[in-house]
Amino acid sequence: MARFVMEFERPLAELEAKLIELKALDAAAELHLDQEIAELEAEVEQLRVTLYQALSPWERVQVSRHPGRPKTQDYIETLGSDVFELRGDRTYGDDEAIFAGLVTIAGRRCVLLGHRKGKNTKENIRRNFGSPHPEGLRKARRAMLLAEKFGLPLVTFIDTQGAHPGLEAEERGQGWAIAENLATLAALRVPVVAVGIGEGGSGGALAIGFGDRLIMLENAYYSVISPEACASILYKDASRAPETSACLQMTAADLVRLGIADEIVPESLGGAHRDPGAVFAAVERAISSALDSLCGQEVGELVEKRFERISAIGVFTEGE
Amino acid sequence: MPISDWFKAREGRRYTVASTDKAADLPDGVWLKCPSCKHTLYQGALNDNLSVCPHCGHHFDMPAYDRVLALADEGTFDETEALVSSLDPLRFSAAKPYATSLASAKEKTGLAEAMITGRALLGGHPVVLGAMDFRFIGASMGSAVGEKIARAFALAQAEDRALVLAIASGGARMQEGMLSLMQMAKTAAAAERLSRAGVPYLSILTNPTYGGVTASFPVLADVILAEPGALIGFTGPRVIEQTIRQSLPKGFQTAEFLVEHGMIDGVVPRSELRDTVGRILDYLCAQDVPEAAVGAVCAVPTEDGEA
Ligand SMILES: [Zn+2]
Ligand SMILES: [Zn+2]
Repeated sequence: MARFVMEFERPLAELEAKLIELKALDAAAELHLDQEIAELEAEVEQLRVTLYQALSPWERVQVSRHPGRPKTQDYIETLGSDVFELRGDRTYGDDEAIFAGLVTIAGRRCVLLGHRKGKNTKENIRRNFGSPHPEGLRKARRAMLLAEKFGLPLVTFIDTQGAHPGLEAEERGQGWAIAENLATLAALRVPVVAVGIGEGGSGGALAIGFGDRLIMLENAYYSVISPEACASILYKDASRAPETSACLQMTAADLVRLGIADEIVPESLGGAHRDPGAVFAAVERAISSALDSLCGQEVGELVEKRFERISAIGVFTEGE
Repeated sequence: MPISDWFKAREGRRYTVASTDKAADLPDGVWLKCPSCKHTLYQGALNDNLSVCPHCGHHFDMPAYDRVLALADEGTFDETEALVSSLDPLRFSAAKPYATSLASAKEKTGLAEAMITGRALLGGHPVVLGAMDFRFIGASMGSAVGEKIARAFALAQAEDRALVLAIASGGARMQEGMLSLMQMAKTAAAAERLSRAGVPYLSILTNPTYGGVTASFPVLADVILAEPGALIGFTGPRVIEQTIRQSLPKGFQTAEFLVEHGMIDGVVPRSELRDTVGRILDYLCAQDVPEAAVGAVCAVPTEDGEA
């Protein structure tokens, strides 16, 4: 399968293609192009570093949407053991856009929730590209309450473009389902660790996406509105998303600066898909240390701290 | 996304009904046409009728102060947190600078923010009463609105007053980015606390209520009412139409549609709201809530292990 090339990577992809061509030529005709190959290799390496070491917000959005980026399922398969999936909302159906389950992760038995994007078209259709309907969010709430009832910490993986914007979702109370989850998460009497692994699209992300800790992957984003939708409102032109993605301050670093996220997990140069193994290990360490510090806390104190943490978010004035 | 649709939808509406939808902004002595029945109305008469068309019952947008005065027992509304207002923490400047939008909203409405709150009596019951004002940047929820709401919940709990909120909003205030999205969690957390304290909370959804606001504190109320014909939802109709590539059924996302789908308790005309809310509070405020019932919905064991 050809490697998926993001828009901003094109100059690098072209140069890399040239290098492959040159190597093939050299091998076929024994032209002794060692010098040229070495130079081109250095150039490729240089470009790779300049291109990736300071990604713009819009470039990070592209990385967060890269089809090869590790997804909830990959984290579960790699870091989880003794997995038992919890299915259905007990009212309407089982929404595969959300994973809920009993999972042992970072050495602890947990309840795990995650938006579930597919790896291919078939999976994506079944999982609605990780965009939940109300029944998916209600399944998640069921799992939250189960975690609370049995004293299991809750770990969530955020990776969605948003709650599904459809007719049936409205009929079944999309807004209601999100709100119920927010209220439940805010007061849940067990530790809650949320990890932004890819896309964090507004209410559908938030519905399983906050708690005692918010850990963000370096290239994950979390936003009140998608940069495209924001651009089409403000400029009547979705192609101005690169500008709005900067204005919205939605990168991991922005979130830490705004006091919303606690920690950034670094990704390999070029994105998590380049070296997933390193990212899995780093995410496991981050979850593990968050749970270590949270699981020892007295539960009343834990919930009070979470309430204060959420309540403190916001910038306003009380002066004239 | 929800908010996007809002602004688009509003623009469309302005285009088709000209200035008639902006009744709230016009001074007495101006004539306007009802967008629903096309009757020509005198602004003064409309104001005397709670901004409801006397011919067809069309509910016009209602400014926040008119709203609290219409709900509170006469002369009892006492505003709180009047100085809380927005800053521009992101220095958001895409298209139109947020600072400019804030300044013009303040000038246009005379309000410090898109929401007012205060103590009042309603049907004789001590309440905390709040109302959102759509003229102020679509009554979108940023940090200041979120803070005022959180404080209203806290005040209701501290003084054991029922909370009554009249809602209207295009959604989260995107010019405050993630700070505005997090107000959904903040206000939901506040609502959950009040609920566990057993203090009654009623919300009145008015036209329009959308996006991140729908998906937070308003729908967590003990009893949810809505005004006739009000449009209420998470995702706006235009975005849904783009997604499903067909037009939506008539009456979709109206208050009446939400009753049918089990999402709200009732549709109540503006003229009957004060009475209806008062009668519900007669039930919910009368009893001392037994300790054991508080929080029982969630079946949360306390540390002692009791339910
Ligand atoms: Zn009329
Ligand atoms: Zn509850």
